[in-house]
Amino acid sequence: MLEGFNFRIILEYMPLYMQCFAATLWLSGVSLLGAVLVGIIACAMRLSQSRLMRSIAGVYIETIRSTPLLAQLYFFYFGLPSMGIMLPEWVTGVIALVLNSGAYYAEIIRAGIQAIAFGQIEAGIASGLSYFQRMRHIILPQALGNTIRPMLGQAIILVKDSSLLSLISIMELTRAGQVLTSERFTPAEGFLTTAAFYLIIYYLLKAFSGWSEKRLIFREAH
Amino acid sequence: MWGFYFNELMRSLPFFLKGLWMTVAVSSLSLILGTIIGFFGGILRAGRNKPARMIVGAWVDLIRGTPFLVQIFVIFFILPGIGIELEAFSAAVIALTNLTASFITEIVASGILAVPKGQREAATASGLSHYQQLRFIVLPQAIRSILPPLVGQYVLLVKDSSVVSAIGVVDITRVGWLTVQRIPEGLMVFGLVGLLYFAICYPLINLSGFLERRMTVVSTKL
Repeated sequence: MLEGFNFRIILEYMPLYMQCFAATLWLSGVSLLGAVLVGIIACAMRLSQSRLMRSIAGVYIETIRSTPLLAQLYFFYFGLPSMGIMLPEWVTGVIALVLNSGAYYAEIIRAGIQAIAFGQIEAGIASGLSYFQRMRHIILPQALGNTIRPMLGQAIILVKDSSLLSLISIMELTRAGQVLTSERFTPAEGFLTTAAFYLIIYYLLKAFSGWSEKRLIFREAH
Repeated sequence: MWGFYFNELMRSLPFFLKGLWMTVAVSSLSLILGTIIGFFGGILRAGRNKPARMIVGAWVDLIRGTPFLVQIFVIFFILPGIGIELEAFSAAVIALTNLTASFITEIVASGILAVPKGQREAATASGLSHYQQLRFIVLPQAIRSILPPLVGQYVLLVKDSSVVSAIGVVDITRVGWLTVQRIPEGLMVFGLVGLLYFAICYPLINLSGFLERRMTVVSTKL
């Protein structure tokens, strides 16, 4: 089927791939940190007493969940310059990824917190624990146990979503495949190598997800 | 200037509606095909045939572990190299069907596995054949846990369909991309793009939530 498959070209382009692999890793890493942060804030707003806060967070989360990431990415990529805001491409890309995944993290964290029985919190109050002690010793350990799996699942989605950044000409794994394809007319070598690198990240995160389920620290809740 | 661009955008509204139609066409074709293949995949994945289980599992991992953009490049650029000529539209439908089928496989498999084992044992004791068990005992009960995530998957499908714009299918996102070259108001153009996606996805998200609440109520009553 692919008898002409040329490993030599792949080897020749290996430095480019390694460089782009690193770019994908740090672009997704930075976006992941930002997205969890945005998710925590949006979740706190959604669960807050203030109606205004709740509706702002609600509109943000629903808007993000109802539109595709690519449309959001183009929205910032073409929209920010028309407002006079000039940013490097990678910053635009990270902003889009952070805002996109942030909405999903907000929902994941909310589900984790709301899954904790209210009696747990009442028992904490009855035992005389302060708000921060309750958070630290009762709510967060259980919420973490509930959410570690969906959070890692979203991290996998985030890494895959970062491939869309190639469409606004950021150098990362998918772009490396496009470069090889356009310079040497070898799409099979180009995109299958790209896919292999993504699979490495996927299997690592998947293994970590399975391992974390077995660890005591994440199982305190169960 | 803003008003002028707004009028221009209104004049290209028919173009956007054509894009909307393309998005709906690509998504609904893939939805139908993906659901059918996904149900067969899920039955195999939850079945007793071990090699079939493993092959389906490996396929699901392969699709889950790579970005959709890479998958569509592989299908669009590599298949012609081995003698299968595809136009952009069919490549898009094949790629989206493949993606959706792999996710629905997991949904269906976990729905089937969630049916209590005693149900199957009782069916075996009643002398039902393997097919009869599936048709009359397992699937009717599994459908309750399958339906809400299935509709959720359709939302993802519509959103993922935006990525097929990368190979030149003129869907909503592509129309936005083409329009923004002429009307340099990115916020306005992609605001409209987002609005069109929102019109499709938001009702579907709510339908999924509604089904989830309804199905849970029914199953606890039983």
